[in-house]
Amino acid sequence: MRATFAIQKFNPEIDARPHLEEYRLDVAWRGNTVLDGLFQIKHQLDGSLTFRASCRSAICGSCPMVINGRERLACQTLIADEIDRSGRIEVKPLRQLRVVKDLVVEMDPFWNKVNAITPWLTPKREAAFVRHARGEIGEVVIPQNVHQTFYNVDACILCGACVSACNSLDVSPGFLGPAALAKAYRFVADPREGERRERLERLTREDGIWDCVRCNFCVEVCPKDVQPMEAIIRLRREAIREGLTEHPGATHITAFMDIVRREGRLNEARMPLAMVWPNLFRMLKILPLGLKMFVKGKVPSFFQRPIKGIREIRRLFKLRETFK
Amino acid sequence: MKYALFTGCAAKGACPELYQSAVKVAQILGIELEELKSAACCGAGVMKEGDPDLSLAINARTFAQAEEKGLPVMTICGTCQGVLSSANKNLKEDAPTRERINTMLAPDGIAYRGTTEVKHLLWVLIQDVGLDKLRHAVKRSLAGLRVAPFYGCYILRPSKDLGFDDPNNPTSLEKLITALGGERIDYSGRIKCCGFPLILEKESMALAMGGGNTAEAKREGADCMVTPCPLCHMSLDIYQERAERQLGERLDMPIFHLPQLVGLALGLSEKDLGLSHHLVSVDAALQKIERQT
Repeated sequence: MRATFAIQKFNPEIDARPHLEEYRLDVAWRGNTVLDGLFQIKHQLDGSLTFRASCRSAICGSCPMVINGRERLACQTLIADEIDRSGRIEVKPLRQLRVVKDLVVEMDPFWNKVNAITPWLTPKREAAFVRHARGEIGEVVIPQNVHQTFYNVDACILCGACVSACNSLDVSPGFLGPAALAKAYRFVADPREGERRERLERLTREDGIWDCVRCNFCVEVCPKDVQPMEAIIRLRREAIREGLTEHPGATHITAFMDIVRREGRLNEARMPLAMVWPNLFRMLKILPLGLKMFVKGKVPSFFQRPIKGIREIRRLFKLRETFK
Repeated sequence: MKYALFTGCAAKGACPELYQSAVKVAQILGIELEELKSAACCGAGVMKEGDPDLSLAINARTFAQAEEKGLPVMTICGTCQGVLSSANKNLKEDAPTRERINTMLAPDGIAYRGTTEVKHLLWVLIQDVGLDKLRHAVKRSLAGLRVAPFYGCYILRPSKDLGFDDPNNPTSLEKLITALGGERIDYSGRIKCCGFPLILEKESMALAMGGGNTAEAKREGADCMVTPCPLCHMSLDIYQERAERQLGERLDMPIFHLPQLVGLALGLSEKDLGLSHHLVSVDAALQKIERQT
């Protein structure tokens, strides 16, 4: 099988800007991966081609790159599949991170964010496993259903694919990002963790869990099915349960649910008002746009009749006692 | 071709033009609709953050209503589609979950058996109406109109729940634009986020996303954009002026709801399609079509 690779090359010491370079190669068999192809190019066609790789089995997280537009591990992507789908193989470095050379990016900002969430356990003072270590009690087993809540987050290999694909990071580089936040959830959910509340308090600050736009890109590109966005959603839920409801992100959820409980539908006249209430300054700030929408017939009645069968909806809310 | 119509909240609230144009277009194309008048909000991904089981139960109630009518559900909102697709898959494939949710619903005599299908209007147009029929129904070709498709997140991702388009390289809107005679614009922002979920919380981030994608479409030569999601529409249309101020550049980009673009090609009037509800004028795009005919 013949395959064409178009690889983004960039040597900052020589090149003014990155450029695509084409390589044509004979692929020995259909099972070859994009990483195999990169090695073949490096050995046979262009010794200067630079990329990171190590285990070749999708476990070390060294070789994420943007292959035909999407973040993937080169060692986990078959050349044949890409040729079938796209005709050729375009390889670029991860986004959001500075390119050091060709496909190698600077990972320090990524590690700094992972480090920022304290990626280790801060055990409870009298945690069962500490007492076990002192020989005071026998073996302590974490029940499977508890472990299940974060076992897939534990599968993260810190490759950075999600960070490259993140739409929030695109516009807000300070955002902690999917990988670090998924890691943070892993510790918040751990029953041995002693600083759960402190962690949640930190995570609800600027650049934390409330900056996720729920675009699902991280879920889509993760090679290990970590589903970082789902972890962020759980962190938001935990934060609200912990009473950390000051942030507008939390208000958004509680106000939204309160309106659905009352009316069965979201009332788009009430929602923005609920977000800024009772801050007069912020109310005045949304007023001009509200008026423009009103003129265009885009503001529904503030007093809407609830949907038919609203009793059923209210009963469900009451059953769950999610919000009063 | 008969569906139970799940309008969603936006089509009944800030985007009345979406409801009105969808109903008109369905009529012309022979899509029979029976509105689910007592269906509740899908939760828009927000309720799930608060309480996943409550959100599932409310959606199971909707599916059960359609099941009783023996009709598949049609949505006209990308976000509703995404949320309902995920909820439905969960309820269909995970029997213990379905049982747990049905127990919550039981006191009201509601039970969901797991047989309802949920489809977005976009999918109905391509799969059930068919592009051929659509091509033949065109009365006013969109020839010369350069349309930038904007999918929105929920109709594409997570792809394991949606399963219609390739999330990285979707083609349905492109096929539709071409079938209507229009010219499709290719740009990277077409599968990205419009920023809407952050618009009331952190407007600057939301505007950077929505405005950024609009600006890219403009640079690639788009005369207008089309979206299957009213939340994207709100972000791109209602907030366009604020995005312009933040970006420091003029956008003047008309944004069409999916059924509005189809309706234009089917010869429906501006009034039928509710185009006067938009904050950004669509006149420039309309003139382009009229000049052709």
